[in-house]
This record gives sequence, structure tokens and C-alpha cells, in this order.
Amino acid sequence: MSETVRDGAPPPPRGRLRTVAARFARHRPAMAGLAALAALVLFAFAGPLLWTWDHTVSGEIPSSAPPGPEHPLGTTSAGNDVLGQLMRGMQQTLKVAFTVTVLATVVGSVWGAVAGYFRGWVDAVLMRAVDVLLIVPLLVVVAAVGGNVRGGTTWYGVALVIAAFAWTPISRVVRGVVLSLREQEFVEAARAAGASHARIVFRHLLPNAAGPIIVAATLLIAVAILVEAAMSFLGFGIQAPDVSLGLMVQHAKTAAFTRPWLFYPPGLAIVLIALVINFIGDGLRDALDPRQAMVRS
Amino acid sequence: MTAEEAAVEAVSDPVAGSRPAREGAPVLEIEDLHVSFPTEDGRVRAVRGVSYRVHRGEALGIVGESGSGKSVASLAVMGLLPRGAEVRGAARVLGEQVLHLPDEELSRVRGERIAMIFQDPLTSLNPVYTVGRQIAEAVRAHRAVSERKALERAVELLGAVGIPRPEERVRSYPHELSGGMRQRVVIAIAMANDPDVMIADEPTTALDVTVQAQVLEALEAARRHTGAALVLITHDLGVVAGHVDRVAVMYAGRVVEEGPVDAVFSRPRMPYTLGLLGSRPRLDEERVRRLAPISGAPPTLLAPPPGCPFAPRCPMAEDRCTAEEPPLRSVGAGRTAACHFSERLEEDGADTLFGRPDRAPPSTAPPAPDGAAPLLSAKGLVKHFPVRSKGVVRRRIGDVHAVCGVSLDLREHETLALVGESGCGKSTTARLLLRLLTPDAGTVEFEGADIAGLPRARLRRLRQDMQIVFQDPFASLDPRMTVAEIIAEPLRIHGLYRERGGAADVQRLLRTVGLGPEHGARYPHEFSGGQRQRIGIARALALRPRTLILDEPVSALDVSIQAGVVNLLEDLQEEFGLAYLFVSHDLSVVRHIADRVAVMYLGKVVESGPADRLFTSPTHPYTQTLVSAIPLPDPRKERRRQRILVTGDVPSPSSPPSGCRFRTRCPKFADTLSPAEQSRCIEEEPPLDPWAAGHLTACHYAEERALWSEGP
Repeated sequence: MSETVRDGAPPPPRGRLRTVAARFARHRPAMAGLAALAALVLFAFAGPLLWTWDHTVSGEIPSSAPPGPEHPLGTTSAGNDVLGQLMRGMQQTLKVAFTVTVLATVVGSVWGAVAGYFRGWVDAVLMRAVDVLLIVPLLVVVAAVGGNVRGGTTWYGVALVIAAFAWTPISRVVRGVVLSLREQEFVEAARAAGASHARIVFRHLLPNAAGPIIVAATLLIAVAILVEAAMSFLGFGIQAPDVSLGLMVQHAKTAAFTRPWLFYPPGLAIVLIALVINFIGDGLRDALDPRQAMVRS
Repeated sequence: MTAEEAAVEAVSDPVAGSRPAREGAPVLEIEDLHVSFPTEDGRVRAVRGVSYRVHRGEALGIVGESGSGKSVASLAVMGLLPRGAEVRGAARVLGEQVLHLPDEELSRVRGERIAMIFQDPLTSLNPVYTVGRQIAEAVRAHRAVSERKALERAVELLGAVGIPRPEERVRSYPHELSGGMRQRVVIAIAMANDPDVMIADEPTTALDVTVQAQVLEALEAARRHTGAALVLITHDLGVVAGHVDRVAVMYAGRVVEEGPVDAVFSRPRMPYTLGLLGSRPRLDEERVRRLAPISGAPPTLLAPPPGCPFAPRCPMAEDRCTAEEPPLRSVGAGRTAACHFSERLEEDGADTLFGRPDRAPPSTAPPAPDGAAPLLSAKGLVKHFPVRSKGVVRRRIGDVHAVCGVSLDLREHETLALVGESGCGKSTTARLLLRLLTPDAGTVEFEGADIAGLPRARLRRLRQDMQIVFQDPFASLDPRMTVAEIIAEPLRIHGLYRERGGAADVQRLLRTVGLGPEHGARYPHEFSGGQRQRIGIARALALRPRTLILDEPVSALDVSIQAGVVNLLEDLQEEFGLAYLFVSHDLSVVRHIADRVAVMYLGKVVESGPADRLFTSPTHPYTQTLVSAIPLPDPRKERRRQRILVTGDVPSPSSPPSGCRFRTRCPKFADTLSPAEQSRCIEEEPPLDPWAAGHLTACHYAEERALWSEGP
């Protein structure tokens, strides 16, 4: 029987994923980051099941109380429990941030790789589209349509809108890398062996561009969190009574000195998520690159 | 005023040219030099106790493969090592210790007493100043002369290194000059202050052979003018053979043999030297036997083993060799060698010592008779690359005429070599044959079927019959794939992986190219250049092709590694009956491996024919100059050879000359043809016409010329 691998990325041989996983496991900061991320996810998604208060206003909650035994992170002036809000906010933020990152990275990488690989008119058309998206400011668009489109108030609506704008920088990075990679002899060797364009793009070009892609993707997570917060402020993102970390910071920005318990928990949570993602990204990049001898030993 | 006159005087009154005998104190003396670098993996001991002396007017060649420490030693003398390098020992210039001199004092020595010529002439010149100004700057750095006087001297120096019309050239910027001219400018700068020693580090490695000959001439001229001693560092035994008096062979950071060049080349006293000489194919040798390769690879210098560093690769190694490192000791008049058993080498040649495998009798490998239908046939191939203007619009402002009407036939079981200098279109032709590029005109037939207009699906089927091996063993393997994945990829693409036996077939391929099955799980970066090239060959063989296109397959490899790969290619040809199209600029390898040769110049085939005929009695002036420019690793022959030097560099392929494309550099056109005959060369393009059976030439005034007629 003959195995027909026509297009697309064939499944990598079994040993490969395992070696990457083993190398990742040897990367200490990355493993610490992975553990911390797991803790954050657990806190955000399982926490609400265990804690008394959710993110909504309740008459039983005192207004503007500093942290105490009843409310470990204090309360808001309207009567929300900040810990309950933090868990819900982190949940929403993580969902938005990850969806944006995955969508934008996939679309941006493929878009950029195709443009860089084919060059010529394909490149011209694809990259002019990127230029157009880049010069339209996301927040102005959001401000203009925000009042009319209420569908954007769900977390996936927000994620889709952000992702639609956020993939462009990744496509430019990947195009640049692919432009130089495509001139390498191993790409020519694949062509000489009869490889299809799809195979060259997915099997040779994108894996070799993994380093810059992962760096760009980890940066994107932080951007997604901040953009989501800004959109909420403009009335388009996640709206009260629902919360996100960005929205919490936004609301508490005037209270940073008078009621610090409102500002610091969501602020620190954002920093923590970004940091943890960066560590994991570093580990992934090294694990995917067989030339990283330091990781192997 | 007197100082200026003296400065100019020094040029116009050259020191008498003959090679003076060794006398007096040495001008450069290096004693027990050690250099080591810290790296992430530990300390690399790049130079381990090197000593040599060079006397006034003498030329010393330092030969070694990459990583032998040959360049590091001279950089240490110049104080140009990177920070962190640890240097011990002594280096004396005219008796003055220069190691560890503060930079300011060293600058006085550099340029004034020692001058250095680097490999890459493009990066060693400043692109924003004219070459005249750069030479003048070198003059004025050490002498109080006026700008005008310094420029006059620059003109004089440019003339001395053989640059035509030096008065105009002083005003040129580096980018306006070709590679060979730039290297001559660098030599002129080195000469500027009449140094006592010139150190040339691979001065011709980046250049084409005909240009290499010119630059070596310029170096000779520089020596005659200044009377300076020359240290010529190179990996090319041929370059050393004709241009130095003594030669030092380096291996693993040490000098392993030193002596007069004739004696070392004819009777080496160190197995490594013998191996180097035996593993290099020679242009003046009939193609009869396999090369004698040196097995293994040079040791890493991180933690050199206690014994002789060559012992693991040495066929006569004994227990003593792995226990005790042999010192460099005297082995005859003016000769030293670092081998416990060098006396045993009195009689042995490389063949007996390294076991040169005998070529199978020619009857098993018959090149198909001329009448047989060719396997692969190209007719009138044309490929132009557009040159576009910079900016948004990118108008087409011209064409690079890469390939202009090339016709070739490749028969079954035959090796056809495509030779020429860089930019002659040989690699483009190879890619046109494979349809990696689409020709602008012309046809390519494989077994009688035209493939130029083949649709993608049919083309893919064809890929099973034609495969390619690339020049660069580092760029041609995907760094993200394991070796087994790389070799299996062509099979997977064609859906043959399971059918052919999957992993077992990959292991068979690995064994075929001389690697072990356990190598499959590793990544390309873990292999040496020679091993990587074998992986590339295994990938090309995976589909069991009938034709291999070899694009400079051994050019990037060290000499001792090359022989093994060349032998492998020959074995594979015999085993599988492959047809090879061997693209190369290295005529010595071509002479060894090819049945027929086609010589290309500026996108056209100028001469083609059986290899033996082409190398012994070429008819086209370009082939003649090409063959005579290849240095031979034999000092006696090299000195006695008749040389046909060409002037200038290859013209730009975007505006080739009218008529015969070689006429601008042709020695025959310039020296022997009458004006009437010349006008034919200018106006009429010579067709590629038969000269003798199977021998075609494209010259109006073709004439056989025996290049190997030696004096008694």
C-alpha cells in the first residue's frame, strides 16, 4: 500500500513530540512558569466554586471595606467582593487573551509565510491588506461602532475583534523570516524532491520560524489583555456587572492611593500572567530548536 | 623633503628579485606560541606550541585545514585576537618582542614592519573612501609626507601590483573594482611602508582561479619590490607549492612538519602531510585510481588527548602514539617533523600507507558510446534574470544573461562535468535541468520526453529520476528535522515510504553513504561537514534516481574530507549506474571524476569534450588559461610550467561583450591575432563546432595547445 501524503503538514514521527516535551521539561524557568500558569487557571476557574462571594453586587457586602477576614481583598464602593471579582475577571481575561493569541498567531503565521514564500503579486496583495489593517486604529473603530453593536459584550466577541487586528504584526515578522529562509538550500532540496508548496510552508518554513513566532505570540498576550481593558473602557468590551482584569484596573485607577486593594490585585495578576507566559514561551522556543545544546545536556 | 623622496625612492628602486639565501637574524621569529579561547564548552586550545622563523626575503607557507590554528597564530602576532584570548610564548619582529605590547606601540609595528593581507578583500577596504586615499592613509600613518606625495606613491604601488591605468584607479571606490582588483589594492596597502614581513591569510580563497593567478603574481611582485619576507597561509597545497621556499604543515594547533618545499612535497616525513598530498586529486594525473582518503575527522581542541593528535586517523599508529605526543624534531637537512616513526616514511607513498582503494577495472563502468541516446538532453537553454530599479515602481532596467543557449547531453552511467568560474551560469544551468528554474527558451528532454513544459503532477514523477546534491552541507539540511526524517522526506512526498520499507530503508541509505543507523535519530548540527554532505547524498539517493546533479558537492569540505566523499560518489556510480552532472570550479576534482567536461564562460559553453583531451590539449583559449591557472601540489612542476595569464576579470553578465564573449580577456586575441582577425572576434560570435570526435569548441581560431610539455 502506498501512503499518500499530498498536502499539509504530515503528522510528525512519534519520537519528535516526546523529545520536544523532554527538552521542555528540562527547562527550569519554563516548568516553573507552567506550574504557575496551572495555579492561575485553577484559581480563576475552580476558585469561584469554593468561594462564598461571586463578582456581583450583594446587599450583604459592606461598601468600601479594606481587606479583612470576611473579605480578604476588601470590597468595592458598590458592594462587590474583590476576591470574587478577581477570580471572575481573571477567568474572562485568560479566555480572551488565549483565544486572541491562538487565532492571531495561526492566521498571522500562515499569512506571512504564504506572502514571503510566494513573493510577487501574492506578497503584494497580502501585505497591502496588512498595511490597511495596520493604519486603521483598532480603538477608533471600536469607539465608532461600540455603541451600536452589543454582540461585542461577550468574551468571544471581544476576542474575535481583537484577533482580527492583532495578527498583522505577526504576519510581518513571519514574512521577514520566511523571505530569508526560502533562499536556503534545504528549501530548494525539498522542491527538488517534489514537495508541494503546502509541505514546504508547513513542514520546513514555519517550524524554522518558530522562534520569532513564539516571541511575538508571548508579547501578544500582554497586548491582548491591555486592549481588552481599553475596549471595556470605551463601552465595547466586557461590561459590568461582568468583569475582566482590565476593567477592574480601569475602574480602580483613581483609587490606587486611597483604596489600594482595588487596584493592586488585578494589576499584579496581569503582570503575573504576562511573566508566566514569557517563561513558557522561552522554554518552548528552546525546546523546539534542536541546536540549543545547553538545553539538551 | 628628503623623507618624502626616500619614501618614493623605495618603490622605484626595487630590491633585487632573486630569492636570497637565509642569512642573519630572522625578521619574524615565533617561539612556543600558545593561544587559547574560552568558550561555553570550555577552553579551546587553538595553538599549542608553535615555533617558526622567517628570514629576510624568504617565503614561508603555512598549510592546514580549517581549525588547525594556522590563522590564529598569525593574528596573535598582529595583536588582533579577540578579547579573552590567552596568549603565551614569544613573537619577535627584528628581535623585538611584540606579544603583549600595548596597542599604541603595536600600531607602530603593524603596517610599518608587519603587514597583513586578509581573505576577504571586500570587508578589508572601507567602502566610503577611494582606494587611493586608503593607500595614502597607510603611507601617512607611518611617514610624514604630504597628501600629494602619498597619492603619487599610491599610483606607483597600484602599478606595482599590476593594476592597469593606476592614475585613474586611485580615484575609484572599492565597489567599482572587482574582487581580484580589490585584493591587489589590499596588497598595495600592505606594501605601502616597505614592511619587513607580509602575512597573507588565505589571500586567494575568495577568488576565481584565473584571478587567483593574478593575485599570486601581485604578491610575488610585492615581495620583489619590498624585499619583505612572506608568510602565506592557505589550505591549498597547490598555492603553496609554487610560491614559497619553505612550508610548515599545521594540524590540531601544532606544526607537525616543516622544511624546504621541494623536500616536504616529494618526501613527507609525517603521515598527515602524506595523507594530505594523497587525498587531493591532481590535474596532471590520469584518472585511474581512487583517491587515498584520510579516515576520521580532525580532533576537537577542547581537551586534546594525550598522544599524537593525528594518531586516531593514522594508519601506522602504535601504542606509543596514543600515549606520548611526539615532539617536533629534526629529520634531515633543515627539516623537522612531529612523528615518532618518521624514518619509516622514507619509502612509503600515500598509496601504500593509506591504502588507496583500486578503482574497479574500467570495463565495469563503460560510458555509453557516443551514438547512444542521451538520458538527459538540453538544447538552447536560455535564462535571464531581470534587474529591477530600486523604489516603488521597480522597473525592469536590464537583464542578467545567466545562461545563453546552452546545450548538453548526459548519457547513462556517465559523469559530465560543468566547469567555469563564478557567475558563468553553471549552477543556473543545473537548476534549469531540474526545473527548479523555468527556462526562458530551450528544451530539456529526459529520455526523449520534453520536461520544460511539464505540468506539476508529471514533473513530480520526474523528480524520482533526477535528484540534486547541494554545495553547502550546512544550509541544505533542515535544522529542525532529524537525519532520518530528512532522508525519508523524498519517500514520504512520493508516497513510497511504507512501500520501500520505511525505517529499514532509511537505515540502508545511511549505511550506503557510510554512516551508521544510529545516526538517524540525531540532528544535522551534530555532524561534521563531510558527514552532512553524506546525509545530503543519502537524501538524493532515497528515490533511487538515475541521474544526480551535483552542485559543487565537495567545494565546502576540507581537503582530507573531500577524498572520502569523492570516492563515495564514484562507488555509488558504479553500484547504481548513476549518471552525474558534476558542477564544479575545481578542475583537479573534475579531472579525477569526469568522463566528459563542458567549460562555460559567461552563460555559454565554450568547449566540451572528453576529460582527458580537454585537460591535455584544450583548443579554446579560455580552457587553456583555466587549466594553466590551477596550481599543482608539486613544487618542481609548478615552477617549470608554462602559464597563460589572462588580464582583468569576468565582464558583467548583464552586458556581455559582442561577438566572442571571451575576447576582452583572451590572450590570443590580444597577443597573436592581426587586427583583421580581431574584428571577426568582435563582430561574429563563434559557434560551438566539432573539432574532433566528441570534442566541440567555440573559437574562430581554435588550436590545440599541449599544456604539460615539460622541460627535461
